[in-house]
Amino acid sequence: MKQTIEPALAISQLSKTYEDGFQALKGIDLNVAPGDFFALLGPNGAGKSTTIGIICSLVRKTAGSVRVFGHDIDKDFSTAKQFVGVVPQEFNFNQFEKPIDILINQAGYYGIPAGVAYERAEKYLKQLALWDKRDTASRTLSGGMKRRLMIARALIHKPKLLVLDEPTAGVDIELRRSMWEFLKEINRQGTTIILTTHYLEEAESLCRNIAIIDHGQIVKNTSIRELLKQLNKETFLLDTREELAGCPVVEGYPLTLIDSNSMEVAIEKSQSVNGLFTALTEQGIHILSMRNKTNRLEELFFDLVEKNLQEKKNG
Amino acid sequence: MDNGQKWIAFSTIVRREIHRFLRIWPQTLVPPIITIVLYFVIFGRLIGSRIGEMSELPYIQFVAPGLIMMSVITNSYSNVVSSFYGSKFQRNIEELLVSPTPNWIILLGYVVGGMSRGLGVGAMATLLSLYFADFSLHSLPITIGIVLMTSLMFSLAGLINAIFAGSFDDISIIPTFVLTPLIYLGGVFYSIDMLGDFWGSVSLINPILYMVNAFRYGMVGITDINVVWSFSMVALFSVVLFGLALRLLEKGSRLRS
Repeated sequence: MKQTIEPALAISQLSKTYEDGFQALKGIDLNVAPGDFFALLGPNGAGKSTTIGIICSLVRKTAGSVRVFGHDIDKDFSTAKQFVGVVPQEFNFNQFEKPIDILINQAGYYGIPAGVAYERAEKYLKQLALWDKRDTASRTLSGGMKRRLMIARALIHKPKLLVLDEPTAGVDIELRRSMWEFLKEINRQGTTIILTTHYLEEAESLCRNIAIIDHGQIVKNTSIRELLKQLNKETFLLDTREELAGCPVVEGYPLTLIDSNSMEVAIEKSQSVNGLFTALTEQGIHILSMRNKTNRLEELFFDLVEKNLQEKKNG
Repeated sequence: MDNGQKWIAFSTIVRREIHRFLRIWPQTLVPPIITIVLYFVIFGRLIGSRIGEMSELPYIQFVAPGLIMMSVITNSYSNVVSSFYGSKFQRNIEELLVSPTPNWIILLGYVVGGMSRGLGVGAMATLLSLYFADFSLHSLPITIGIVLMTSLMFSLAGLINAIFAGSFDDISIIPTFVLTPLIYLGGVFYSIDMLGDFWGSVSLINPILYMVNAFRYGMVGITDINVVWSFSMVALFSVVLFGLALRLLEKGSRLRS
């Protein structure tokens, strides 16, 4: 007999209209496979946080259904909630409580005995480098520590689905990268992760699949690899060894001078970079380094959102 | 959640609530004790000695049960209203809302937390009253029963206030403009026999009158109101408030978008 694997998250025709009439979600469908690392991207106000709010039952949906590992969040809310851990965008813990108490209390709300809760709290606080701060009032923690505390809190009941709403917003690069490693490890251990972020580099680095939401609709839902294949043109920055008096001209490669030692060039997918290098070398210009002007996903993201906006304008 | 998990969730909320008011004891425990001492000194000793007797009791004995009940009412109410609204304001109520803890457990957890403070302050007020007045307890079951039900009722009322509150001002409006006048007009300081027929009848719509009188009956054996009627009224109010509070939590009123 063939066994059906339930999606970690199955959203069907999900709509949300707020009391002021604003339609945040317009019947979206979304499936996230178990074990996936999934990015939910979109501009501000696109409906990402509303979607997450509905998944973790902080926002009441207007229509549609949400199932977590096959459990409907309305009909089987107790089981569905056991499976979900959420890290919200805003700090939402009691700033006067100590991190250790916040974690143990949160475990208690999931029916986890204090002894087990303490062991898990110790494990996650140590992994997230917060163990030394366990007895300090959480209001005194730095922004990055507060974000890590919310991650530890979301993991305390060992959810199968972890939802993170911009977890690295305002976090410095070093800390962001250590958080990425932590999340990758959690994902490797089997936890499905859904992430919203404004850092598209983050989505490209961490996630396998992606959905782009705009004006309450899913405008793209595919794998990151497939999405990047759609990128027809990339813009590169070139640093030169020689000082440039003017912008060199190479047929087929639209070069723009940035300053006396750097240029910008847009290269079609069908073109070879070698051709550009050869032509520049013949002109006595040697390239020291080359890098993408923006993140590749970012270019696609803006294309899609812009296209969606144009379509809306054109009716 | 099975029953064991529900018990853990409930005891977590209660423990957290008790820990909260103990942590901030200079705000939660000291002021009511100072207030009650001042009441005993001024109304009991200084003015009371000139008043003489009320309902055939020395005035301090008459007023003491009302003062104890007043501390139970205000502390039960203010604990839940400030804690629950504080959780809404800091958004840490979301910790509970995203969890599988049923709404009735959330409700009971906050209410028992409020009752713990109300009864704790009430117990301290009772001990203080023994310094100022002599009591021979008339009925322990009635005293305990009415004080528990009163604390329950005002904890529930505090939670409802907190659900509707949109600012810190909103959590002080009801205590200032509703609760305090009802307490003062609820027979704490006088017998309703003194009011005459009309105002005595008007006083009967004040639920605090029933609680204060039942408690006074339990402590010193006198009352203006039938005690069975008092218990019935408090039970009815508690059931209605419990139903309303649970309905508001189930609907997620002012808690979920």
